Amino acid sequence: MTGGYSDATIWFVILVLGVGTYLIRWSFLGALGGKAMPGWVLRLLRYTPVAVLPALVAPLVVWPAATEGQTDPARLAAAIATLSVGVLTKNVVLSILAGAGTLFGLIYIAG
Amino acid sequence: MSPSPESRPAKRDAALEAAAAQALARSPRQAFWHGAVQSLPFLIVIMPFAILFGVVALEAGLDLAQVMGFSVLVLAGASQFTAVQLLSDNAPVWIVILSSLAVNLRMAMYSASLVPWLGSATGRQRAGLAYVLIDQTYALSIQHYEQHPRLSMAQRLGYFGGAALVLCLPWAIGSWIGATVGQAIPEEVALDFALPITFIAMIAPMLRTIAHMAACFVAVVAALLLAGMPSGSGLLIAAPLGMIAGALVETLTERRAAP
Repeated sequence: MTGGYSDATIWFVILVLGVGTYLIRWSFLGALGGKAMPGWVLRLLRYTPVAVLPALVAPLVVWPAATEGQTDPARLAAAIATLSVGVLTKNVVLSILAGAGTLFGLIYIAG
Repeated sequence: MSPSPESRPAKRDAALEAAAAQALARSPRQAFWHGAVQSLPFLIVIMPFAILFGVVALEAGLDLAQVMGFSVLVLAGASQFTAVQLLSDNAPVWIVILSSLAVNLRMAMYSASLVPWLGSATGRQRAGLAYVLIDQTYALSIQHYEQHPRLSMAQRLGYFGGAALVLCLPWAIGSWIGATVGQAIPEEVALDFALPITFIAMIAPMLRTIAHMAACFVAVVAALLLAGMPSGSGLLIAAPLGMIAGALVETLTERRAAP
């Protein structure tokens, strides 16, 4: 829960993210024009989402907050189901359904 | 257009040529509607995501105005989810901001690759485009421009505008629905895991090459090893390590492929 933040702090985060994201989008199109980015920068940028998102998710999967950090078979299985279906089908909606189905199915069975 | 429609390749060529002629003949307004219609299938993914964001953000303690603030001002799914996750971990504000912005760095790449096509639009037009430059508007437009390189600037802008309307407006509407409906979801439903599942589903289709898998693998291992660090800060080390791994593997595979 975001109990630790004041409303002003959350709005500050929203505004900074809004302006920052806009400047990233505007960067080359708006100001830098035709100036080419060095190859190594492009190369690193290509891997930002595929590095940031898994790094964010991995601890949440292995040590879920809902079970006070205890590794939970249902959540682990749900994560594996989501990943497998996603890699096999490349379909985002299908893999979410697979993950959610596995999680709720296993929680239901466990009572 | 082709004189010999009998043979199959010729028939295909003729169809492609007709599509090209049709694209070039569109008025800016028709180009707008064309972009809008071609964006519709993406809504199947965007709407549920938007609703989920509203639900998860509400769950994390944001109010309706803040949820809408995110979806209208930031307008970037993955980074909005990242921010909400880190906020619910009580991570320091600078880590929330840095991590969420890092997720959006890829958009600098989109911005750069659109310069050859849209760089000569007016400053105001480019400023407007930047606001609605998301994964899907980028993907649709760049493939349309590459397929029809002789489009006029008005046709290009029209197409982008149509795609932006259909893809960006529902993001805000869906978030609003999620944040409103979310209040009705009973406590027992295990919503804590909605976010990890969403992220994994977004990552899976990105694992196209060995380099992408290497980036993902290194980032995951590093994040797990660094999990003991103060909330969120392990991410700031694990993610760059993953990016470097991806770039290195890409360089190596290119070198091996070179004659």
